[in-house]
Amino acid sequence: MQFMLLFSRQGKLRLQKWYVPLSDKEKKKITRELVQTVLARKPKMCSFLEWRDLKIVYKRYASLYFCCAIEDQDNELITLEIIHRYVELLDKYFGSVCELDIIFNFEKAYFILDEFLLGGEVQETSKKNVLKAIEQADLLQEKTEHVSHSKSFVGCKKAY
Amino acid sequence: MPAVSKGDGMRGLAVFISDIRNCKSKEAEIKRINKELANIRSKFKGDKALDGYSKKKYVCKLLFIFLLGHDIDFGHMEAVNLLSSNRYTEKQIGYLFISVLVNSSSELIRLINNAVKNDLGSRNPAFTGLALHCIANVGSREMAEAFAGEIPKILVAGDAMDSVKQSAALCLLRLYRTSPDLVPMGDWTSRVVHLLNDQHLGVVTAAASLITTLAQKNPEEFKTSVSLAVSRLSRIVTSASTDLQDYTYYFVPAPWLSVKLLRLLQCYPPPEDPAVRGRLTECLETILNKAQEPPKSKKVQHSNAKNAVLFEAISLIIHHDSEPNLLVRACNQLGQFLQHRETNLRYLALESMCALASSEFSHEAVKTHIETVISALKTERDVSVRQRAVDLLYAMCDRSNAQQIVAEMLSYLETADYSIREEIVLKVAILAEKYAVDYTWYVDTILNLIRIAGDYVSEEVWYRVIQIVINRDDVQGYAAKTVFEALQAPACHENLVKVGGYILGEFGNLIAGDPRSSPLTQFHLLHSKFHLCSVPTRALLLSTYIKFVNLFPEVKGTIQDVLRSDSQLKNADVELQQRAVEYLRLSTVASTDILATVLEEMPPFPERESSILAKLKKKKGPSTVTDLEEAKRERSADVNGGPEPAPSSTSAASTPSPSADLLGLGAAPPVPTGPPPSAGGLLVDVFSDSPSAVAPLAPGSEDNFARFVCKNNGVLFENQLLQIGLKSEFRQNLGRMFIFYGNKTSTQFLSFTPTLICSDDLQANLSLQTKPVDPTVDGGAQVQQAVNIECVSDFTEAPVLNIQFRYGGTFQNVSVKLPITLNKFFQPTEMASQDFFQRWKQLSNPQQEVQNIFKAKHPMDTEITKAKIIGFGSALLEEVDPNPANFVGAGIIHTKTTQIGCLLRLEPNLQAQMYRLTLRTSRETVSQRLCELLSEQF
Repeated sequence: MQFMLLFSRQGKLRLQKWYVPLSDKEKKKITRELVQTVLARKPKMCSFLEWRDLKIVYKRYASLYFCCAIEDQDNELITLEIIHRYVELLDKYFGSVCELDIIFNFEKAYFILDEFLLGGEVQETSKKNVLKAIEQADLLQEKTEHVSHSKSFVGCKKAY
Repeated sequence: MPAVSKGDGMRGLAVFISDIRNCKSKEAEIKRINKELANIRSKFKGDKALDGYSKKKYVCKLLFIFLLGHDIDFGHMEAVNLLSSNRYTEKQIGYLFISVLVNSSSELIRLINNAVKNDLGSRNPAFTGLALHCIANVGSREMAEAFAGEIPKILVAGDAMDSVKQSAALCLLRLYRTSPDLVPMGDWTSRVVHLLNDQHLGVVTAAASLITTLAQKNPEEFKTSVSLAVSRLSRIVTSASTDLQDYTYYFVPAPWLSVKLLRLLQCYPPPEDPAVRGRLTECLETILNKAQEPPKSKKVQHSNAKNAVLFEAISLIIHHDSEPNLLVRACNQLGQFLQHRETNLRYLALESMCALASSEFSHEAVKTHIETVISALKTERDVSVRQRAVDLLYAMCDRSNAQQIVAEMLSYLETADYSIREEIVLKVAILAEKYAVDYTWYVDTILNLIRIAGDYVSEEVWYRVIQIVINRDDVQGYAAKTVFEALQAPACHENLVKVGGYILGEFGNLIAGDPRSSPLTQFHLLHSKFHLCSVPTRALLLSTYIKFVNLFPEVKGTIQDVLRSDSQLKNADVELQQRAVEYLRLSTVASTDILATVLEEMPPFPERESSILAKLKKKKGPSTVTDLEEAKRERSADVNGGPEPAPSSTSAASTPSPSADLLGLGAAPPVPTGPPPSAGGLLVDVFSDSPSAVAPLAPGSEDNFARFVCKNNGVLFENQLLQIGLKSEFRQNLGRMFIFYGNKTSTQFLSFTPTLICSDDLQANLSLQTKPVDPTVDGGAQVQQAVNIECVSDFTEAPVLNIQFRYGGTFQNVSVKLPITLNKFFQPTEMASQDFFQRWKQLSNPQQEVQNIFKAKHPMDTEITKAKIIGFGSALLEEVDPNPANFVGAGIIHTKTTQIGCLLRLEPNLQAQMYRLTLRTSRETVSQRLCELLSEQF
């Protein structure tokens, strides 16, 4: 996989992970082009498209688009399930995840992704093992601030 | 406070993010960010030392600001400080910042690498994990330099935790991708292969990716992975869905790992060991069987995972291309998917079937689905799916269905999306030509192409139709009639005017007998389009008019009036004006005979034997290449010949006589006889999949070659796309050369394959060893290739470096002579005057001496000459020759088999601007070659 982007229906980038070296300028250009291309597609269309030399695999979950760029020989369907497994991981960790969780805890979204994918390849597919790694890390910190669970937001979970 | 924060909350961060989200406008957001940046800056600069938590919070805020798309120019130091914190979460944030924002600013890299090094060696596996993630995320060359040696050890250490092994495997993979030269193969490789047997499926999953990438580059070294992968795969596909516990995904056992193993097997041919091969065939059959079973779940994840494995298995079956039974089963399975209700599956089935169409075993089976594919072209709502259908139709096309497929593509073209029209046009043009039995059909097809999608018809396409019409006299009358009719449409495309103008100018006489297409009618018809056309087309039409003067003397007056009109004779465009003046003059002064000679019908385009065709024949055997294909290849060689391959006269191509320009497009240069390498993307070449012919030497290759005789480093070749640099060193009979390939564009080069070509003679005397380079070269990137050189015996020729790659859609082919010359194996020998002349006399047999007298090509500067002789490799002996103006040198050529002493003497004659060069060595061929090489230098 060359990169993964998460963006909202409004085209706001929520997470970006690059597995190939690119300049900031190129990254911005790619992001702009792809967000536009993907947002322009209609709901029932196929989840794959050719883009430059790459294959794009994307899927929408509620208000968020998950979009991966893979190379010619890579497997589209398994990439689609990479996306789904990542959504499941986020969901399990945050307890029914929504876009706001990813905005306010963007660092956690990155940490979970790093446990799941490394260097653009699947590192660990077991949900249990990935979450165990993250939760152990959470325990490692000395004091846990107690934060009230006042999730005021939103009807954005469904669809998987 | 809208969001939950699990683990460590950073209240200040959450408040800041809320603030940003509440900003009503972009300006307000920028204002809020600037305020925050000022705040953070003052905290970082303040006297009070910040505690870890605050540092973490501020670094995290900076990261958030960066991810919003703003530039961050400070805070790196604080992030690096966090790396050495003992608290996991602080460290973690530090690493995150580094991996998102790091750029190779030198002093920080050192600090970062230090911290990473500490954590790598930490007893806390969580810290080791963070360090590995950081290396994998950054993956820079500096990191590779620091850690590429270390990570293999971590990977195969007996006591490493599973999670550490997983990270280490993928970390190494990332480093190998960015800097393969820094990851040394070694003992660890065999142990890595055995990770495929590991009990922990996560470890196997990570290792499989690493092994696949390594095996692509070093297949020999990782050969044992084949049997291990097969047995692992076999255990997975036969396991019950509950066996693998958390590695079962929606009732599919270990789909990710299965896909990776199948991918790994695609690095190799079918296993030779019959037991392994049998087991693999069983696996593939099981996977195909499972596709027929009822689904275990209605969830799309179940079917996706299952089909992901199935498609990868089909890829492997296609890759092996050896089991007809499996190929046909795969084709039937894909046939079912063609009508599946899931768009994704239809898309993938079309894509995968394209590959099946090119296998001889399954081509016929694919063809049975033609109706389904055509209906997909008509009914699919998603353009990307329709595109796949076009590709598949193209792939399944052969003589039996060409008419149907071309007709369907043409009708699709009427409504096709603009983005894919040009590609369809090319495909139609290729198929129509390739499978034309009846050339009237071919002419109709191309004219239809121009009518439907004129803007998308590139020049090559209409050049080609003209060539074919000129070369086939059975179609000329039909072509003239057809273009004449087509031109009568009130609005016709300019490309049609070009084709029409050209064809009527050549063959208008064939239809002139019909009063409806009398000469005058033809002329008026063409001239009615004249004013709407661009300059090149008008120029072409003027040529048609002068051809008419010859074909139809009765319209001469009318045409002369047109040429004489102010709008022609005084046209602001110099090309048009010149043509008008010259043609008018020609038509006035030339006798009928001369006119008939000058304006004779175009000779057939020669079916000359091009170097590419010769090579192709040699490779495939003459009988396998049909006439038509020959013509096609011939054409592709021809078209590639020039940047503007106009159908200009091939006679008198090199002399700028008026007749050469007369029928060309003025600006078009004469078509050279051989194709230079960097041709544009054209017709056949665009789609041919295995371009194996070697391009002739690039222009200037000889000159560049000569420049390297006396030096070892520099730029060997450069065009708009590619730069090739060299660095080399030689010692005795051994040498090492680094070839640097630089991609000057911003687009990736694909299938990048440099090959060294030596004649049999040369191969016997010069041994070259090299490893293949990565087949993709990123835009702006440079890859290097090392060549180990051994001089076995003296040699004369030079190896040729051929580089083939794809750039955008086009295939590029460059050849240059590689400057490995005999003199590189020189060792200078110092000797006194007396010794020199004594040896000189010893080498007095006539065949030992070679002399050359030649004119100086460069200014005769003593210092430069000295430098060149030293660069050539011999010692420059001072005060040896009685005449101080002369230069003498001595040295020994080292080859594996022998050593050859060489003496040389160069006598300049300033007045005559001449040199006399004399070489004496114990071997005639050596004297000869050295003399040739050195003579070129002055």
